[in-house]
Amino acid sequence: MGDETIKKARKKAQRESQQESPADPPAEPAQKEAEEGPKPARSKKEYDIAIFSGWCKGCGICAAFCPRQCIEMGEDGSPVVTQPDRCTGCGFCEIHCPDFAISVRPRRKKAVGDDE
Amino acid sequence: MAEVTKLIHKYLRHDKKFPHVWCPGCGNGIVLGALIRAIDRLGYEKDDIVLVSGIGCSGRLPVYVDFNTLHTTHGRALTFATGVKLANPKLHVIVIMGDGDATAIGGNHFIHAARRNLNLTAIIINNNIYGMTGGQYSPTTPYGALATTAVYRNIEHAFSIAELAVTAGAAMVARGTVYHANMLDKLIEKAILKRGFSVVEVVSNCHTQYGRRNKLGGAVQMLQWQKDHAVRVEKAAEMPEEELADKFTVGVLVDRDLPIYTEEYKKIREAARAKMAAMR
Repeated sequence: MGDETIKKARKKAQRESQQESPADPPAEPAQKEAEEGPKPARSKKEYDIAIFSGWCKGCGICAAFCPRQCIEMGEDGSPVVTQPDRCTGCGFCEIHCPDFAISVRPRRKKAVGDDE
Repeated sequence: MAEVTKLIHKYLRHDKKFPHVWCPGCGNGIVLGALIRAIDRLGYEKDDIVLVSGIGCSGRLPVYVDFNTLHTTHGRALTFATGVKLANPKLHVIVIMGDGDATAIGGNHFIHAARRNLNLTAIIINNNIYGMTGGQYSPTTPYGALATTAVYRNIEHAFSIAELAVTAGAAMVARGTVYHANMLDKLIEKAILKRGFSVVEVVSNCHTQYGRRNKLGGAVQMLQWQKDHAVRVEKAAEMPEEELADKFTVGVLVDRDLPIYTEEYKKIREAARAKMAAMR
């Protein structure tokens, strides 16, 4: 039970951060850097992990072997992308998915699934 | 990386029912992905490839891809492939077999195809058990393992498919795992390019029939086992033997140039024709 509450809290935090981010003004990167200091990891390319649930059988390989822990197994036994921002686009989940149900793609300006 | 999914969809037969029939986490899907990536990288036309399979879970593999495909009888995938190759040597013939299919039912065909050195590529998916028929022990089930037909443990000793192929005289022998999927598609690519009989043994997982009965866990644990126990051939050469006791090597085990059957056969035909012409 303890694990579940942690997961839920994490998901909630995730949702909140996602809702907040589009509201933020894009801001000049230079200004942002001056405020928060350089963040080399965040200036890298960003990726989106799309899981096609129609083909997914919930084997858990993607969640178990993701080197950045972007994917977690949900309560219903299907994988959920909990931390897409941590994804480095290595593609491990994509080539190891036995059901061809995952695709990792570079994030577009307005990511698919983001709320307006 | 989205290109990977895109190109896989390019080769799938979408009129077949998806998701495929294999169990969740089955290595066969990963092998199929690696095979498609390898073929795509080589740039062959779909019609230049012939995919032949026998019976078993791995036999379902060619059903899902849009090449010339043959789903043949148990253990006889290599014999059908031999026929295809001799009839049209220009085709790239790839044979997909399971461990039981290749080494038990089709054992004779396997060693003689290797000895003959036809220009074929054999991909043998080794999951240590007869998965489709309900978990009977196969020639690659390890000594002491449990199976439906070995409820008091298996008293037979397993053989190594790759070493068997080396001894039988295959031109190229490689071993990969489904965990090392990137390496696997490179090995398959190399095997397709190799002129002569090339064998790729793929260490796969059957958590449904083998893993569960032997308490090895699910797909994730079995892939983790592959990760922990696979050692690259180059690295294994430098390691002391006691460290290699419970490990297996991955990579290209043998790569040698031998005369190819189809070319030798062509020479014989030409020689016979010349002799006949001289007699007239």
